[in-house]
Amino acid sequence: MFKNFLPNKILSINNKLINNLISLMIVILFIGFIYAIFISPPDYIQGDAVRIMYVHVPSSFISLGCFAIIGIASILNLIFKIKFMPLIAKSLAPIGAVFTLISIATGSLWGKPTWGVWWVWDARLTSMAILFCFYIAYMLTWKLITKYEKAKKVSTIIAILGLFNLPVIKYSVDWWNTLHQPSSITLTSAPTIHYTMLFPLLIMLFGLAIYSLVIFLMQYKSELIKFKISNKKK
Amino acid sequence: MLTKKARLRIFYLTLLSFFVATIIFLVLKSLEENVVYFFSPTEIYYKSNISLNKKIRVGGLVKEGSVKKKEKGINFVITDLKNEIIVSFTGIVPNLFSEGKGVIAEGKLRDKKYFITNKILAKHDENYMPPEVSKALAGTK
Repeated sequence: MFKNFLPNKILSINNKLINNLISLMIVILFIGFIYAIFISPPDYIQGDAVRIMYVHVPSSFISLGCFAIIGIASILNLIFKIKFMPLIAKSLAPIGAVFTLISIATGSLWGKPTWGVWWVWDARLTSMAILFCFYIAYMLTWKLITKYEKAKKVSTIIAILGLFNLPVIKYSVDWWNTLHQPSSITLTSAPTIHYTMLFPLLIMLFGLAIYSLVIFLMQYKSELIKFKISNKKK
Repeated sequence: MLTKKARLRIFYLTLLSFFVATIIFLVLKSLEENVVYFFSPTEIYYKSNISLNKKIRVGGLVKEGSVKKKEKGINFVITDLKNEIIVSFTGIVPNLFSEGKGVIAEGKLRDKKYFITNKILAKHDENYMPPEVSKALAGTK
C-alpha cells in the first residue's frame, strides 16, 4: 500500500486509473445526490434542512483527514527525511482547504434556519475557522517562499502546529458547551442518526473521498514532475 | 533501522510536542470562561463571581409546560434537569424553539434564578430521524 505512493509508481500510473476513478466517482455521487435529495426522509425537527448535512459532514471529515495526513507526512519528512513526503502534503492542502470552506459555508446555511444565526464564536466553529487559517498559511508558504528547501521547512512547522488543532476540533463539542451538536457517529456507540439518513451520508462520504483522491493523484503527479524538472536544472 | 540522527529527531519532536500541548492546554484552561459558549443553570447556581451587568449565555432544555405567552414575547424555564432558571424573552421565537428541546439564551441575569433576554437560539441535538420514527418513539414512551 505504502509503496504505491513512491514517486516512480505514481509517475507510471497511467491516466486510465484516474479516468476509472472519475467514472466511479460520478456514479457514486449521482446515487448519493439522488438518495440524499429525493429518497431520504426529512428530519423530525429540521425538516428538509437536514439534507445540507449530506454535504456538510463528509466535507468536514475530509478537511480534517487531509490536514491529519499533511501533518503526519510532515513529521515523517522531518524525522526520516523522506523526499516525496512534502510533495504529498503540498498536494493535499488545496483539497483540504476547499472542503473546509464548503463545510463552513454549508454549516452557515444550515445554522440560519436551525439555530437562527449564520455564525457564532463557539468552540467548534472557531476551531474550524482556525483550521482554515492553517490551510491558508500552509499554502502561502509554498507560494511565497521560492526556495524549495526553505519552503519545506516553514510549511513543516505550520503543518505540525496545525496538527494540535485537530483534537481540539474533534473534541470541542465534548470538552465545552457549544452551540454545535455533538457527533452523531462515534466509534464507541451506536449512531444517533437513523439508518435512512446514515446510508446516504456514507455514500456521499465515499463519493467525495474518491473525488479528493482523484484531485490528489493529479496534483501529486504534477508536483512530482515539477520536482524532477527543477532538480535536473541544477 | 533508525539511524542515530532520526532517533534524536524523534526525541526532540516528542519533547517539543509535549510542551506545545501543555501550552495549548493551559491557555485553553485559563480561557475556559470564554471558550464555553453558554453556562448551564447548575453552573450559574455554583458560580460565585457572577456579574449581573455582563452579557452571558444560558443554555439547557426548555422545560415541558413552562412556556407562557406574554406581550411581545414569552416566559419559559431553562432546565438542565438539576437546576432551573426562569427566562423572560422579548422578540420573535425561532422556528425550532419548542418544549423539551435545547435552547440558548443571550442576555443578562437579574438574579441567579431570573434571566432577561432578547435573543434566543434553538440548539439542535445529535439525533436525526424521520418524523414517523419520532412519532413511533413518542408512542412507546
